[in-house]
Amino acid sequence: MSARNTKVMNRFDVTKRLIAKLEHEEAVIGGIGNTNFDLWAAGHRPQNFYMLGSMGLAFPIALGVALAQPERRVFALEGDGSLLMQLGALSTIAALKPKNLIMIVMDNGIYQITGAQPTPAAGVADIVAIALGSGLANSAWAADEEDFERLVDEAMSASEPSLIALCIDDKPGVGATRRDPVQIRERFMHGLGVREPL
Amino acid sequence: MAIAEQQTQGTQASGERTWHGIVLQILKRNEISLVPYVPDRVLTPLIKTLHADPFFTTFATAREEEAVGIVSGAWMGGRRGAVLMQTSGFATLANTLASLAVPYQIPLIMFVSERGTLGEFNYGQSLVCRTMRPVLDSLALEHHTVTRLDELEFIADRSIKQAVTTQAPVALILNPLLTGGKTFDK
Repeated sequence: MSARNTKVMNRFDVTKRLIAKLEHEEAVIGGIGNTNFDLWAAGHRPQNFYMLGSMGLAFPIALGVALAQPERRVFALEGDGSLLMQLGALSTIAALKPKNLIMIVMDNGIYQITGAQPTPAAGVADIVAIALGSGLANSAWAADEEDFERLVDEAMSASEPSLIALCIDDKPGVGATRRDPVQIRERFMHGLGVREPL
Repeated sequence: MAIAEQQTQGTQASGERTWHGIVLQILKRNEISLVPYVPDRVLTPLIKTLHADPFFTTFATAREEEAVGIVSGAWMGGRRGAVLMQTSGFATLANTLASLAVPYQIPLIMFVSERGTLGEFNYGQSLVCRTMRPVLDSLALEHHTVTRLDELEFIADRSIKQAVTTQAPVALILNPLLTGGKTFDK
């Protein structure tokens, strides 16, 4: 990781920084596990969707939202282990070029929630290089927190999908998502203006 | 053939109704405009006509799970989708069905081209096909096997409406008796 000159950041801290920038009811899809725990802990919003399984599908779900609502910016937060499960999704997104989709990869090189085992990519594969090779030209490592915020600002007005990767530490998620899938989906659909509250 | 593929009324130029023409019309009538797929030889005429019709956003995905994630996200964002795949692709979906489509109550519409039966020549296909209905039944998922052209419209149209109104996934299995299947051409 140090070879990339990237600072090791904290997932909850950068998640809070991201949420603080959202002013237009942007959708945020939280990947399975710690990624959505920290999204929840950063402050619940009706435009947040929390996954309870289906590891690796944060980017495809976000792509679906982005295709359904092209005027809304859609963020997806994914872990490195989850992304490895579904690398083909990067090429699908590159081919479709949804300009309103912003992918954020939290890379700590481990399957943190299962006991911190290293992923098969740890120490050998570079997620941004994989994204670039998959056709996502607007992909970059964030050097530090300030650089992350700058990349988010750029992505908010980009005319192509963006991918931002961060090196993060192995601190566990701060909160715990309430696990009621129907309630999560209904609130999310209200947040996106698709459903009226009961 | 090119002219037939351009037809969007569920009929070929000869006036003969085709299974793929009927499926396209049912999708349109039910406002299903997003159709990701993993290709299958038998689905080729349907995929071609979807690509030729600007009503549809249709594209290949690297894996069936991805396509399910995409149409699930689209549903939540207010746009309807359906996924096209073959039986071997369905076999990759158990986790995604059990952790996304079913518990979140998403009306996931799947068209599955049935391999592994009625003259199948690939042993792997025939084995994987036998896993499909037990998986659907174990999740209590609605599924119908379509064998007859005259029943396709009723079964598919009603099944889609049921999926949407009950917020539950449905699998429409397109049997070789309907589609002609894939034949062994050496």
